[in-house]
Amino acid sequence: MTAPVVEAKASERVAAKPPAPRRRRGFAVHFAHYKWLYLLLLPGVLYFAVFRYGPMYGVSIAFKDYVPFLGVNGSPWVGVTNFTDFFANPDFPRLLGNTLILAFLNLGIAFPLTIILALLLNEVRLSVLKRTVQTLVYIPHFLSWTIVASLSFLLFALDIGPLFQFVNGLFGTNVDILSDPNWFRPLIVLQEIWKNTGWGTIIFLAALATVDQDQYEAAIIDGAGRFRRVWHITLPGIRSTIIVMLILAIGQMLNTGFEQIYLMTNALNRSVADVFDTYVYFVGITQGAYSYSTAVGLFKSLVGIVLIFGTNWLSKRFNQSGLF
Amino acid sequence: MKIHNTRGGRVFDAANYVFLSLVGIITLLPFIYVLAGSFANEAEITRRAFFVWPEQFTLSAYEYIFSTPAFTKALVTTVLVTLVGTLIQLILTVTMAYPLAKKNLRGRKLIMSLEVFAMVFSGGMIPTFLLVKDLGLLNTYWALILPAAINPFSLIIIKNFFQELPDELEESAKMDGATEIGILWRILLPLSKPVLATFALFYAVGIWNDFMSPLLYLSDNNMWTLQMYLRQVTAASDLLGTGNVDPSYIPPEQGIKFAVIVVATLPILIFYPFLQKHFAKGMLIGSVKG
Repeated sequence: MTAPVVEAKASERVAAKPPAPRRRRGFAVHFAHYKWLYLLLLPGVLYFAVFRYGPMYGVSIAFKDYVPFLGVNGSPWVGVTNFTDFFANPDFPRLLGNTLILAFLNLGIAFPLTIILALLLNEVRLSVLKRTVQTLVYIPHFLSWTIVASLSFLLFALDIGPLFQFVNGLFGTNVDILSDPNWFRPLIVLQEIWKNTGWGTIIFLAALATVDQDQYEAAIIDGAGRFRRVWHITLPGIRSTIIVMLILAIGQMLNTGFEQIYLMTNALNRSVADVFDTYVYFVGITQGAYSYSTAVGLFKSLVGIVLIFGTNWLSKRFNQSGLF
Repeated sequence: MKIHNTRGGRVFDAANYVFLSLVGIITLLPFIYVLAGSFANEAEITRRAFFVWPEQFTLSAYEYIFSTPAFTKALVTTVLVTLVGTLIQLILTVTMAYPLAKKNLRGRKLIMSLEVFAMVFSGGMIPTFLLVKDLGLLNTYWALILPAAINPFSLIIIKNFFQELPDELEESAKMDGATEIGILWRILLPLSKPVLATFALFYAVGIWNDFMSPLLYLSDNNMWTLQMYLRQVTAASDLLGTGNVDPSYIPPEQGIKFAVIVVATLPILIFYPFLQKHFAKGMLIGSVKG
């Protein structure tokens, strides 16, 4: 039983090297030998072909005037009209502004908070406390945005929500926080902090665990205090992780989390709430402008790809460390 | 290493411990408030700003929601979709990861690079919606399961896991005459039980929490999942201007909102300890070797 298998394997290795004609026969043998493996591969490959590459083909309607009756193939080409329409639309600067402001608020507030929380957790030597706090702050990550939004609706509910009273008391105001456009962005950032700051520390805590402990001993001998040790050893030690996470975050800048924004959007805050993701939904799904909204979505993903390669290139230039 | 703590260091430690404890408590407070509110009566919810313990225990909110067909149907639907969806995701991912873990399988590199490309670039919301529509999956539960049936990241992690299992296991099974499928079923799967259990939990959480797919693909509100129902119940007020709400719907009383949130959160909290046991390990293996 063993011998033929070994032989077959050896012959394939030989067959893999010679030029085309023999290789094809080699593939037939290879295929026959591994037919069960190829059969197992089939459902997954079909999945990728249909549900991942199918929509990529469907992106072509961004350059067409899609008519459901004619389908993706039959609809007429219109060049870049959908894109020029979008750039000329007054919605465009508003969407770009809203998206970028939210992205920068998250980058500027939520991102540093994650690093600070990781640093503080890393300083804890009481392992019971450390584990308990970690256990608690990771939980919100696993809750749906629907739950986070619902909690916000209850906590900030007009007149009766506990945080409605607290926040209005704090600022001496009496506004409906859930519908006031000025409160939309703070709410979004607050939700993001509550849901994901804890979870985000995992990667930084893992990086912090790899910082060379000998350096701390040397620093202590040199008389460096807690803060100087963090500043001169800990932070430089996790610099490359911070850069990688920053590149990833910048690459995701235009992806403002559809579910979160959609759930917090209402008739009164649309002016500040509309971002690319929700706009694609409202214009595409609810109004049926399929080609136009596909063009908006494609524009967004192309900018995302440019951003991620751009930041990677910049960080390689200045720091010699990048993502790829 | 023994660190000699200075006075300033001790003050910092104390402040840090207090601060982190507060962070942990604040994270938990919304849950406690909602849990307490779900057992409180209407008057108490409107009267008291914040409480962690109801003055009068009542089960009326739970009695009401569990006697509402729309709620019980959404709950049963979500449980079933989550179970079937998790099973399908596991089967598809494992059957694809196993052949891809064979270093001498031809075409493997091509498939892997196509898969990685699909991680970087996707068709986006509208083309995916049109595909689901053209396949006749709109207003079917398959639309919640199939479009995201394989997560490329977990495929890579499981593939790497299979690759790292010692080859000798398979060699000896082959000598005993086992087929490839027999090896996968009788040797690799039992060995990867903990890993697969972890992924199953993550898949289940993902499907349970999914709001976008039902929003996009289920326009029939008789088919709604728990997340859609939750959205309807908690946001049904003068605020809603975004569509997708049944106009004949009468906004529920306060306590019901609290109870529905508790029911939607509870399974996640129950499974959280099992998730937590594995995710740090699993995530790290993935990020280092993926």
